[in-house]
Amino acid sequence: MRRWRFEVFNRAGFVDAHGEGILDDIRELGIRTVEAVHFTKVYLIEGDFDRAFAERFARELLCDMVCQEYYIGRSSAPAGPVKATLIEVHLKSGVTDPVARSVVAALKDMGTKPANVRTARKYILLGQITDSQRDSIARRVLANDCIEEVIYGSDAEPPSPHTRPYELNVNEICISNLDDDGLIKVSKERDLFLNAVEMRTIQAHYKDLGREPTDVELETLAQTWSEHCVHKTLKSSVDMDYDGRQIHFDNLLKETVFKATKELDKDWCISVFEDNAGVIKFDDQDAVCFKVETHNHPSALDPYGGAATGIGGVIRDPMGTGMGAKPIANTDIFCFGLPDKKQDQIPKGVLHPRRIMKGVVAGVRDYGNRMGIPTVNGAVYFDDRYMANPLVYCGNIGLIPNDKCFKHAQSGNYIIMVGGRIGRDGIHGATFSSGQMTHEHETIFSHAVQIGDPITEKKMLDTLLQARQAGLYEAITDCGAGGLSSAVGEMGAQLGAEVDLEKAPLKYAGLNYTEIWISEAQERMVIAVKEENLAAITRLFDAEDVESTIVGRFTGDKKLTLRYNGRQVGQLDMDFLHHGVPKYSRKALWQKPDLSEPGISLKDNYNEDLLAVLSSYNVASKEWIIRQYDHEVQGGSVVKPLTGANNDGPSDAAVIRPKLDSDRGLAVSCGMNPCYGDIDPYWMALSGIDEAVRNIVCVGARPDRIALLDNFCWGDCSRPETLGSLVRAAQACFDGAMGFETPFISGKDSLNNEFLCDDGTRVSIPPTLLISAIGIVDDVNKCVTMDVKRSGNLLFIVGLTKNELGGSHYYKIHGRLGANVPTVDVEKAAETARRISRAVSDGLIVSCHDCSEGGLAVALAEMAFAGGLGVEADLRGLPKSDDCVRTDSQIFSESNSRYIVEVEPTKYGEFSKLMLNLPFGQIGKVTAGGRLIIKAEDQNSIVDVDLDKLKSAWQKPLDFG
Amino acid sequence: MDKVNAIVLRAAGVNCDEETLYALQLAGAAAQRIHINRVIENLSLLDKYQICVFPGGFSYGDDVSAGKILANQIIHHISQALKKFIEDGKLILGICNGFQVLVKTGILPGTLHTESGELPVTITDNDSGKFEDRWVYLEPATDRCVFIEHSRRIYLPIAHGEGKVVTKDEQILEEIKSEQYVAFRYVDKDGNTGTFPVNPNGSADSIAGLTDSTGRILGLMPHPERHIHRTQHPHWRRLNDGEGADGRNIFENAVKYVKQNL
Repeated sequence: MRRWRFEVFNRAGFVDAHGEGILDDIRELGIRTVEAVHFTKVYLIEGDFDRAFAERFARELLCDMVCQEYYIGRSSAPAGPVKATLIEVHLKSGVTDPVARSVVAALKDMGTKPANVRTARKYILLGQITDSQRDSIARRVLANDCIEEVIYGSDAEPPSPHTRPYELNVNEICISNLDDDGLIKVSKERDLFLNAVEMRTIQAHYKDLGREPTDVELETLAQTWSEHCVHKTLKSSVDMDYDGRQIHFDNLLKETVFKATKELDKDWCISVFEDNAGVIKFDDQDAVCFKVETHNHPSALDPYGGAATGIGGVIRDPMGTGMGAKPIANTDIFCFGLPDKKQDQIPKGVLHPRRIMKGVVAGVRDYGNRMGIPTVNGAVYFDDRYMANPLVYCGNIGLIPNDKCFKHAQSGNYIIMVGGRIGRDGIHGATFSSGQMTHEHETIFSHAVQIGDPITEKKMLDTLLQARQAGLYEAITDCGAGGLSSAVGEMGAQLGAEVDLEKAPLKYAGLNYTEIWISEAQERMVIAVKEENLAAITRLFDAEDVESTIVGRFTGDKKLTLRYNGRQVGQLDMDFLHHGVPKYSRKALWQKPDLSEPGISLKDNYNEDLLAVLSSYNVASKEWIIRQYDHEVQGGSVVKPLTGANNDGPSDAAVIRPKLDSDRGLAVSCGMNPCYGDIDPYWMALSGIDEAVRNIVCVGARPDRIALLDNFCWGDCSRPETLGSLVRAAQACFDGAMGFETPFISGKDSLNNEFLCDDGTRVSIPPTLLISAIGIVDDVNKCVTMDVKRSGNLLFIVGLTKNELGGSHYYKIHGRLGANVPTVDVEKAAETARRISRAVSDGLIVSCHDCSEGGLAVALAEMAFAGGLGVEADLRGLPKSDDCVRTDSQIFSESNSRYIVEVEPTKYGEFSKLMLNLPFGQIGKVTAGGRLIIKAEDQNSIVDVDLDKLKSAWQKPLDFG
Repeated sequence: MDKVNAIVLRAAGVNCDEETLYALQLAGAAAQRIHINRVIENLSLLDKYQICVFPGGFSYGDDVSAGKILANQIIHHISQALKKFIEDGKLILGICNGFQVLVKTGILPGTLHTESGELPVTITDNDSGKFEDRWVYLEPATDRCVFIEHSRRIYLPIAHGEGKVVTKDEQILEEIKSEQYVAFRYVDKDGNTGTFPVNPNGSADSIAGLTDSTGRILGLMPHPERHIHRTQHPHWRRLNDGEGADGRNIFENAVKYVKQNL
């Protein structure tokens, strides 16, 4: 056996795009002395082949001889006058290396079987740098400590790919005699994140049993009882001081979000809040399901891997819903710190927002694109409070036959694990994500970071859908948070299960039984299979190189029994596991904040203000991100995220055609505005719902077939005022869902999004509620986009503009918050949505855009530059409340429930008849000129700007090249 | 031939197979998605098909480089069967990752070889260094390719990170041009070649697709199967009646050719 090392790099004359990207990142760090970066791919192969074969392998496989060169061995630093620094980045031992797996396959195709393959990256930095600069480049730009190891120069040894084998050693944890302090110590030492009450409950349970728990039993309880898995906070009883009034909830979630769904009782809701995703009817044959998850803590540590496994994980939710859905669309919504921060403004242990943003976008891109699922809808918000706690929301929609929406595992079914293998990656993900982050998390929780391998997931999906259609399994769920422990624990909750942990396939030797049981290694599903189907289903997986392993069996004893090599290592009552978690009661407090309007002095001209709002990060074009996502794969795209004459205007929502031979469509949108939450989370939440509904109605969804998802990201809810703000938002969810008749079908919360800096200060994210919406489109050929279509057409605004600049982007650019947060009159808003929808389906309007961030002025600007046509607006036609007298308020107020529509002059009569009794007015017309002109009530032009200038102000800030 | 049979070859990571199948069916072919493992097990499986399509995706993760692992698998397991397929006068279409596979197996442009026997052409990282999804205009550059209607400019989306066509040297590029191996060039809406974003990846001579000396093999980076409905056009609400669905033509031409010639 020989150890071969291959280095592959670009020939002179061919762009080294990766190296150039790294150089940019180094310059962003403020290091100017590096003149060039050369990138080299490294392959380390242990194999039984000679030099001639090695040469052939390099020429035929590893190296693209047209544009690359190779070197067998380890090349030294290039000679020359400029100092060269060699930095190599290797994966830590045990970390998944998908490229290595492909190289193994290729070597087999060429007739040899290697003993081991690893890949690495080598960078040659040219230029004078100090050792500390070198370390900083390695740590901040090139490598991630969590998963990678850096070696310098040309002599240092790379990490060994081999791990030590495991010898069974069953651990009992003695807790029966411990007091609270002792119990907390055990919880902390083992990263269980269980509190004293929970530890006491466990202690009492084992006292009844007359024994001590084993380590794997404690871990299973910790996973199953984690905030991430059971949502202790949202389900707890709450006593609340509500601006001086006392109110009480027995179960917060049941009395707000769930309650609306229950009371609305829509017959098109098939499965809500019970499976991995919420399911609604699509057409007579099929249903659609939708789930949105967050992957915040992992993305803070490893933006690329965290985001990739975020999307990878949420894709498995529809795959594990009912008998398994086919994923048809992704959504992604991110919250970051401001990308222009200086390095010295970043807290210790925190990555720069720009690096987080680039990494997160690349992670979602590489996973989503490789899975062949279009990423169709999203949003990005910036606020400094997200700097240490970025939020990464990933959503997935699946299509599933109506008769496959439910699953029934039976006792006697075999438990089969399908897909990837188990490694130490992602241990304690569920418990870790339930806690607060500190500056030390970077090192302590590196093992919680997971590594994505989309092709393994895609292969698994391809075969599972075939197995579903052939009826070869009885139930399916994903291995998500908590790994096998959650998947088997949930699926067998009513039955009982026994698992032989040594049977589970491992990525490498050395994992103990607990690690096997709770690892969150990605790309795995668990299915329940009848004995008579075992042979057929195994054949099906084998036929496409997908690994499947029988790891146990569902029993009827309502116990969860864990064995390793025949020896019992743990046994838990399913009942205690799933219902033993103590119920909490919490205190909440809400006080109306004491805020006032700033009284910014009025001006004659708002050109500069409009340009500044268009350039603010939240409003600015997200094209740089959107174009990196394949938003068209699967061929169903109808309304794309970018639209208009030059395909660069911002769509309100996406529409896809899930079945290519049908004209029925599915629309997807979102609504979120953390700025309003600083004034009142109730109106933030209701504004989010109104915005999601507005967006989806704009493109042509039926208002009576819209379903919502809630994703709460909050700070530490043990503080009454933080929980109070969450209660306010939850109440708005109830009111909004009832008013719009839009049931919530699924949701998730991520609490404790706080960061403890090394100087002891705590930073909490602002309360952030994401509302996602899906809606049915009867006929995609009637969909409408937001770009103005033809000069001479009339522009109307429907909905009332109020004096509501609180939390607006106009105030934001002036450094103010204000007090008059946008409110919603839900009844009127719902009626407006119905009429707009009718206007779309009757073909009365040719474009439609919602008024949101930046208000009327921004909406008009976007419609104009997207259509490449001018707009002349006149505020005399604006329907407004009596107190909306200031011109800045008229053009920048972010009042909800407003739509701007374009109507052909011949359709005017019919359109205005349809809008009867709603506040609506002609706000202007489309012109052939290349300007946006807004005239105030006194007929002075308060805005008069060239479209190109508007567009470039909007496009530039986030165009990272 | 009345019934036209098309095979869409799947492999791990291929992900445009279903919409490609639909495009072929819409064009009148009886099409099937088949995993490459089935062909490796039984090479005669290809015999009943007249059109073989390598669809888009990320075969084997595009590990090492785009399409490389699948190309290697094809070379070592099914090259003889594919050679026969071509010699029988049948059609091969490679879209995006499928095009990368055709180039990295040497099937496209086919008859050219460098002195060392190495491949003359490759497809590599976009100049932008990242994956991009955007729409491009394509100008046909040959009248020999049976998939292409000469002089009909079409509008299709690209979605790739490695789409830059490069040749080993200038001489090969000249040969490719003079022998009409260029199938499509990236142009603007008026038909002029240009720099980014008109040429979205920096391809030599704005090459978007290649054919071979027979004209029965086509490989292209843009996705014709993503523009078979008018509603797939990125601003279809602005189109005049009868515009759109440009990609259908490529599949229809293939089916028509088989019907008339095989």
